[in-house]
Amino acid sequence: MKNWGFKISQARIIDLDKANTKMFEDLCLKVPSAKRCIMCGGCSATCTASNHTNFNFRNCNLMFRRGQFEGLAEELDKCMLCGKCKLVCPRGVNTRAIIYNMRIILNKMNYKNIEL
Amino acid sequence: MKNKSVIIIGAGVAGIEAANNIAENGYNVTLIEKENLLGGNLKNYAKLFPDFYEAGEVKNNLINKLNSENINVYNNNEITELFFENNKWQAVNSQNQKFLADAALLTTGFTVFDAKRKEELGYGIYDNVITSLEFENMYKTGKITTKQGNIPERIAFLNCVGSRDEKVGNHYCSRVCCINAVKQASEFKEIYPDSQAYCFYMDMRMAGQFYEELYRKSQEKHNVIYIRGRISEAAATLDNKIQIKSEDTLSGLPLKMTVDLLVLMVGIEASIGTNQLASQNEINGEYGFAKSKGLYGNDNITNKKGLFLAGTCKRPLTIPETIADAKAAANQIIKYLNQI
Amino acid sequence: MNYNNFIIPFCLGASLLLIIIIYKFAKWLSKLDKKQKYFVKRNFFSKKSIAAINEVFREALIHRNIYRKNPLLGYMHMSLAFGWFLLIVVGKIEASFYAGSFFEEPWLAIFFKFFAREQANFWVANFFSFTMDLLLLIVLSGLALAIIKRLKSKILGIKKATKHVIYDKIALTALWLIFPLRLLAESSTAALVQNGSFLTGGIGELFSLQFAQNVELPLYWAYSSVLFVFFVSLPFSRYMHIPSEVVLIFLRKWGAKAGEQYSGLSDFEINSCSRCGICIDACQLSFSANINNVQSVYFIRDTRYKKLNDNIANNCLMCGRCTEACPVGLELTLIRQQLRTKTEIAGKHYYDYCENKNNKNKTDIIYFAGCMTQLTPNIIIAMKNIFSAAKVKYWFMDEDKGICCGRPMRQQGFVQQSKDLISKNTKLISKSGAKLLICSCPICYKSFKEEYSLDIEIMHHSEYIKMLIDENKIKLNKSELNIVFHDPCELGRGLNIYKPPRQVLSKIGKIIDTEFSEKDSLCCGGSLANTVIELETQLEIRNKALEILTKSKPDILATACPLCKKSFTHAYKGKVMDIAEIVSKFLYLQNNSKKQEIKEKEIFSILK
Repeated sequence: MKNWGFKISQARIIDLDKANTKMFEDLCLKVPSAKRCIMCGGCSATCTASNHTNFNFRNCNLMFRRGQFEGLAEELDKCMLCGKCKLVCPRGVNTRAIIYNMRIILNKMNYKNIEL
Repeated sequence: MKNKSVIIIGAGVAGIEAANNIAENGYNVTLIEKENLLGGNLKNYAKLFPDFYEAGEVKNNLINKLNSENINVYNNNEITELFFENNKWQAVNSQNQKFLADAALLTTGFTVFDAKRKEELGYGIYDNVITSLEFENMYKTGKITTKQGNIPERIAFLNCVGSRDEKVGNHYCSRVCCINAVKQASEFKEIYPDSQAYCFYMDMRMAGQFYEELYRKSQEKHNVIYIRGRISEAAATLDNKIQIKSEDTLSGLPLKMTVDLLVLMVGIEASIGTNQLASQNEINGEYGFAKSKGLYGNDNITNKKGLFLAGTCKRPLTIPETIADAKAAANQIIKYLNQI
Repeated sequence: MNYNNFIIPFCLGASLLLIIIIYKFAKWLSKLDKKQKYFVKRNFFSKKSIAAINEVFREALIHRNIYRKNPLLGYMHMSLAFGWFLLIVVGKIEASFYAGSFFEEPWLAIFFKFFAREQANFWVANFFSFTMDLLLLIVLSGLALAIIKRLKSKILGIKKATKHVIYDKIALTALWLIFPLRLLAESSTAALVQNGSFLTGGIGELFSLQFAQNVELPLYWAYSSVLFVFFVSLPFSRYMHIPSEVVLIFLRKWGAKAGEQYSGLSDFEINSCSRCGICIDACQLSFSANINNVQSVYFIRDTRYKKLNDNIANNCLMCGRCTEACPVGLELTLIRQQLRTKTEIAGKHYYDYCENKNNKNKTDIIYFAGCMTQLTPNIIIAMKNIFSAAKVKYWFMDEDKGICCGRPMRQQGFVQQSKDLISKNTKLISKSGAKLLICSCPICYKSFKEEYSLDIEIMHHSEYIKMLIDENKIKLNKSELNIVFHDPCELGRGLNIYKPPRQVLSKIGKIIDTEFSEKDSLCCGGSLANTVIELETQLEIRNKALEILTKSKPDILATACPLCKKSFTHAYKGKVMDIAEIVSKFLYLQNNSKKQEIKEKEIFSILK
């Protein structure tokens, strides 16, 4: 590769050549409506947890979709699963099911060290 | 031949335009309107997008042509039944009066989404949450104020209220609200250049001639601020302002702001008449709209012989589209009347 | 001694059955949690045991609950269970009588006719013989019904019969064969020695002597072998419910309650499921959305055979209709919740971000609207209105930056997380010094009542409004409105609150009954508990429920849950209102004639 003398830091780029987007396909098998999200942000606007902290469900969903799993499990742990997001979603996405399944998938992937 | 007749149900843009075209060809037209005044939904608008053309002028041009002697107008007549019997199309009004003709044209149009069904947006609860229709009304009177009579320093427009919303069962895009919001925001800024206008959107759909230009102008000239995010909740503050919660999805951060007036861009739904008459004749399509035989060349005819469709009883359309569609329907009807 | 080789399969089967059952029961009993064990020890020798015997008789033998659902189905179960039970008891007495001792060979009663060949022909023997034949006939009639049920379940009031596993099929076949074989075997003996009554004797007369001689022994062998098959397959099939239910009834009567965690009691419960399939018909996923493989019967079955998957565990609205319908009274929804527990994901406490909320409010009354109610601001405004009309001072706990009650987490099985949220809210509540907590959302309400350990009074707003009316703190205007009240699942079946909302509403208008109300009320489809089905299915459930609720075209469709309200408003073009909203609209305001006038106008606008 040609050396440009500078490089883009790894964390700042989504490299879809290497990203693991298979996980999102697995998620969609469980929650087909996950594909329908148009990122309107209604969910994160109404979120009970975002009222307290910088949790952003829409972003988590997008990151998962793009195969960016770093720190995602910890982020998802902020969610209270209250379901408000599911109620406001205009696309009828089962947001609660997405979080639930993302948690389980991420756990299986060992992106998080479980301390019991 | 010239004794042949057609009933047109609904004297909105499509109904009037079709009536004029059919009457010009020498057929008898019975134009039936449930309201007192003609013009349908066009009556509710002051100026039209994208060129701020006077809606009243469009309406008057349409109505003025109606004085042809071939046209009989019946206002204050709500048709509750429409059926084909004894070789005639028969329309029955709420007083059980019958209108008979050889063909029938459904131009029953649309109604706007009842924003009360989205309770979290506070319409019908807080004074300063209004619909785009109410905004239009205020604009007509020249007084865009809050309920308390103050000049709004900040106004927010929210797109896609009742359209593209699977929760209320409307999956479709109403097509006109985006550009209508751009139009109304521009109008607002024309009157109050010192106030600020915000527009919350999921997608800006500027698919029409000169729409994009108007969008651009609203940014450039009127400094309307576009925020990509859906407002999820609105609540009133103690001083009757509206606090809205959204996400600025492009920055990925939650967004909270207080506005003096929140305008809900209510979507287009099939009118009760459309729904009722279409299902009576088994031509009811998705979402309560009437279904034509096909999109390509058969868009004005239905599976029922002699029953035609024009305008927004089929789907959301703009006014120029509706006029064109009414002309096409008239053409089809004339052809049909010639044959029988 | 009365002996023949053909008793071996029976004796072997019966012993194996006894050993397996004792082993299983011992294992489950040891798994009972501390509280449950305490109750068992305390109440073992008490009147409660007698009450339990009484209930075993009523439910396990007579099947009173099934009778209530469908008399024919009840008869089928009773004839098989009670009939067989009496066959054993009467047979035992007959055999004891014959042997002249209570301690005769245990198999004598089972193969009595074969061994009692030289039976004296006096009236006692005749009476026993007649009774046994009659009982056999009753059992056989039940069997005939069971066969009909397999073929055509609708006759017996069941729309969808359960699909069974292989153990069930083996046990079922054996069970079906037991009685016809017994009949034939006894008839052949009766043909040879004339010891039968009307049934066995009658059929015996059809046999020629030669034929009877040839078939008698093989028939007893077959009868005994079928008993062996049935006994050995019983503990692994649904018929395990017979012994399990007996113990379960005792445990319940002694006061053992199912807790948050899966315990020995849950083991007894899942084994007490007879897989009758009544829960399938009760389930809205079945009759509204045509999903027929996730109902409690399958959930319990899969749990028992240890092949439960997430798809079945999570595909449930948790509305509690099946629990209400279950003839055995299994706490199906609770067991599901227990089994959803995700211990492997329970770990760190992540809600520390809520800590910075400082509560300086000292108050007597707390109002907790709940997350969902934030999306139905009309309910909140109505409550504020009611509070001010009653001149009540309160603290709106979750007006801004509320914390979820924790129940949604719990329903999904995240117990740790739920406990964390509970402790956060508990801290806020106890700091305020409140004596009364009012909730608008039945989900929170159930959580506060059952999952929190608060020592203050907790009320749903419908109960609170009822109290305000009783205490004369608010007065209501009466109207002519027709109101249909929809019972929210968590409020009705969840906490048995049916009356207060109705009492309040009857002060305002006329309550119209619907096909499904109170215990039978439907889920609005908006349930959060199901993470498998998608919106489309939920809407189907909602539409069906809405259709039934609004059949009478009421002026107002009233409910008491923000979720139900939301589900219905999205589809129904008529008025959908929460009970608080209706009350707030119909408040009678004293000393303020002008305001009163406005009120009347508002009422008029609703009527229109």
